[in-house]
Amino acid sequence: MKASIGGYARAESVPHALSLLGEADGVGRILAGGQSLIAALNLGVSAGDMLVDITGIETLRGATLDGDRLVIGALTRHGDIARDPLIAEHAPLLAAAAPLIAHDAIRNRGTIGGSLAHADPAAEYPACVLALDATLVLEGPAGRREVAAEDFFLGLFETARADEEILTAILIPCARPGDRHVIREAARRAGDYALAGLAVVRREGRHRIGAFGLDDRPVLCAGAMAKWDAGDVDGMIAALAKDIDPPSDTQASASYRRHLAGVLLRRIAAELGEAQ
Amino acid sequence: MTIRFEDPNRPNSYIGRTVPRPNAGKLVAGRGRYVDDIVLPRMVHVAFVRSPHPHARIGAIETGAALAEKGVLKVFTGKDLAEICTPWEGKLAHLQGMKTPPQHPLAVERACWVGEPVVAVVGRTRAEAEAGAALVEIDFEPLPAVTDIRTALDKGTPVLHEALGDNLCFRKSNEAGEVDRVFAEAPRVVEATFKTARHTGVTLEPRVIITDWNGADGQLTAHVSNQAPHMLQVLLAGHLDIPESRVHVICGDVGGSFGLKVHVYPDEVATAAIAKIMGRPVKFASDRVEAFTSDIHARDHEATGRIALDENGMILGFDVDDWTGIGPYSIYPRTSAVEGLQVTNLIGGPYAFDHYRCRTSVVFQNKGICAQYRAVGHPVAVAITEGLVDKAAAEMGIDPIEIRRRNLIADDDYPKTTAAGLKLEGLSHHKSLDSLIEAMDYEGLRAEQKDLREKGVHRGIGIASFIELTNPSPFMYGIGGARISAQDGCTVRMDPDGSVVALTGVTEQGQGTEAIMAQIVAEAVGVSPDLVRVVTGDTRVTPFGGGTWASRGAGIGGEAALQAGRAVRQQALEVAAAMLQAKAGDLDVRDGIIVDARSGEERLTLAEVGRIVYFRGDTLPKGLPRELMQTRHFITSDYPYAFTNGVQASYVEVDTDTGFVKLLKHWCVEDCGRIINPLLVDEQIRGGIVQGIGAALFEEVCYDASGQMLNGTMADYLVPMSAEMPDMVIRHVETPTAESALGAKGAGEAGTAGAPAAIMNAINDAIRPLGGTVTHMPFTPERILRALGTITD
Repeated sequence: MKASIGGYARAESVPHALSLLGEADGVGRILAGGQSLIAALNLGVSAGDMLVDITGIETLRGATLDGDRLVIGALTRHGDIARDPLIAEHAPLLAAAAPLIAHDAIRNRGTIGGSLAHADPAAEYPACVLALDATLVLEGPAGRREVAAEDFFLGLFETARADEEILTAILIPCARPGDRHVIREAARRAGDYALAGLAVVRREGRHRIGAFGLDDRPVLCAGAMAKWDAGDVDGMIAALAKDIDPPSDTQASASYRRHLAGVLLRRIAAELGEAQ
Repeated sequence: MTIRFEDPNRPNSYIGRTVPRPNAGKLVAGRGRYVDDIVLPRMVHVAFVRSPHPHARIGAIETGAALAEKGVLKVFTGKDLAEICTPWEGKLAHLQGMKTPPQHPLAVERACWVGEPVVAVVGRTRAEAEAGAALVEIDFEPLPAVTDIRTALDKGTPVLHEALGDNLCFRKSNEAGEVDRVFAEAPRVVEATFKTARHTGVTLEPRVIITDWNGADGQLTAHVSNQAPHMLQVLLAGHLDIPESRVHVICGDVGGSFGLKVHVYPDEVATAAIAKIMGRPVKFASDRVEAFTSDIHARDHEATGRIALDENGMILGFDVDDWTGIGPYSIYPRTSAVEGLQVTNLIGGPYAFDHYRCRTSVVFQNKGICAQYRAVGHPVAVAITEGLVDKAAAEMGIDPIEIRRRNLIADDDYPKTTAAGLKLEGLSHHKSLDSLIEAMDYEGLRAEQKDLREKGVHRGIGIASFIELTNPSPFMYGIGGARISAQDGCTVRMDPDGSVVALTGVTEQGQGTEAIMAQIVAEAVGVSPDLVRVVTGDTRVTPFGGGTWASRGAGIGGEAALQAGRAVRQQALEVAAAMLQAKAGDLDVRDGIIVDARSGEERLTLAEVGRIVYFRGDTLPKGLPRELMQTRHFITSDYPYAFTNGVQASYVEVDTDTGFVKLLKHWCVEDCGRIINPLLVDEQIRGGIVQGIGAALFEEVCYDASGQMLNGTMADYLVPMSAEMPDMVIRHVETPTAESALGAKGAGEAGTAGAPAAIMNAINDAIRPLGGTVTHMPFTPERILRALGTITD
């Protein structure tokens, strides 16, 4: 099927992009790498969109340190996240997550901001930013605002970003000595969306668990986190099953995904030294 | 004259060697010419409105809005095309009792599966045609759908085609010996049910066709991605009322076919019919989404099988009840009954036993049409056979290798006719098994498996012996009245510079046909393979032939090429003898040079022969034959099919917590007779194994109970990918067929035939100690955990 779009414009700066989005009168779509959007257009899922291509805005690319926070530009590509020493040092969870995303061709084009704003419930980054307790930066006609990752994901492909806003950066508290970051997923084939996946951050005996592929949105698994903090591994597995509400599809049933999530979490706990 | 194949130092010894593929450079450089690369003057594009319903009556069709869309030129309904194109029925006369209704290029009264073409919209571009198609309004009245195989013939199930009376397309039982008595008295009877998942071919290049009607000379030209150009020529001519001689089919480079491109598709015939109406070139290129719903599917089988054995583990008989759902129409012209028919012939194929019964029931349903796809029926029959043999071995405490040793037909017991009625010329099951055991270090692997099991690691070893039908005679299709050629031909021509052109009726779709033809002709004539140019896929140019299917290219087309090449060589020698005042029998051609056969002394180049014949024929004796262009055709006649054999082994590790299977290694020992190009054969086997791995672990076209397809994209339909593929060790035993001088049998399907069974047996070997077995493909992680009882809801 041939993609059908209403128009295309290449933004030179964030203000330029915002003005293009404003002119699009509600049908603007931000093109930030195109690894989900173009596929959707080619499937005819969406038609008539005014594409605002922000991939040329160099200021949104790359990672920097701002005090004890790591700032990752929204247009930083998955391949760069996997290779950037700054990210490996301060947000090893993301460095570990990036190679799990699809294949090289996609990792060389897809961007972290695009992935977060798309909010696929089976994608790695959304669960990671939940586990990392990250903050997302949105810029819009009314200025700049920050939204905690926990408040950002509202439902299936639904986020707190307004249509006229652009996700420009991700702010992540830098990892401290002793922190542990682990991501595990199970996919039928390397590069597929996972049947189930978990991103875990341990800091000073406290745990944050982000789940992906296990609900209609990325989930911060509060029940399991509390049990883990209390040292109750079996209770943690039982609580996880209640934290999530997995989908059933041609790949696997909800029951299987729920079971798989428990296996993954138990393996992560073992990796982090919990007695089984 | 015979070729001393056993002597690797013989002159011009290209047969049996790995030589570079003549077409590889072109394809790698991006200079191939696929149908999609062709742009013709005045060419327009067609897009199809396909049925969103599994089954629906077609009411009013509103095309006004589509016609008003910018760039839309014409809109055609089923009734429009029925006026110039006759319908077809995929039936063969020798398949008694077979039923199938007439099928039109566009559905006329009812749409019978999701994806069936209903309306064709022609535009200046594909995008404009699609935009028009989106505006066509069809008044569908949904009808009850038939989807389940086993209940398709039940009284309460709606009848899909009223005129046929029931949903049975075809039923056949193949029976020998005393099955009921033997199963009643046998010391051991083991039973199991099996399912092989419906899957599809997923060729890298989808189906594409450009048809052009030239009214001035009354000729239809079709550029098409297809593997049987002459068959398509004959059928397009018949249904569009054009003389066969006025239909020209050209198949240039083809990006994979696997049997998928050997059938008649309604959208392709519609494209030809539209070209005839509009009098201009019309192009249809299937996109990936419509490929999933409109390409043929295959392998949708459910079976219950029993094996009877004596107390020593000797097989007494097989009794199998196979059911398959083939969609709403039998495929044209090969029929959709052949897959089930193959199952009734192939069960128990490698083994010696006397009592046999296998029935297949081929039923209609409102899903995509199922048809011949690589290794037709074999993966199903091999899975049932080898699943039962392994289950029996496990229950009787016999090692899987040992039970096969006891039961495989002895290597010196040929020719043999099996209980199922197959005539076997010569196979090498035991030699192949010996080679496999050595290649995989069977005992060592068993020891490793045992050690690891004590550590909680669950590995399994699976074995699958198999036979494979290749080199078919007219017994497959011709005797049923189908104009599908089982013979094939090759014309070899020597040009003035001593180079050679070979025109062959078999086709190339990526597997290397052109490479082996170049090798065979090079050896036959006595020139280097790089001096041979091969032409395939053009009905105006090549000898009339069947194309490439059923692993017939090397065995049938190759023999024709060998004979034609030898004839050219003989003719060149006769001319040279006249020039040299020598006897042709004392001369030989080696590397393009006429030599004294005994001493090897160089006498004359082939180029010099060419110069004399083509430019100075006056210097040759009057009446001396000088046709440096010879055609030979070949057909098998002693056996209906040349069966090959082989054995595969799979080594897997099952994660019993997640149900995930890791493929650790795969082995295949295969006997395809004379090997022409070892590397190409190895890669054919590997590619086939990959498709078999797809069947075992990944591929399944999923429909819901109402007949809607659930996973028609590359994201949801899982094809096997390189990251999951194990290392594969390929070995060969060579038992040439005596039907031909070349001795080659087919090699294209053996990998696919045996791999699913080997993997199934390996998984079961791993999980059987935990109390689980799986027989329902693909073996998804969830199905494995359900077999283990880990998940029960």
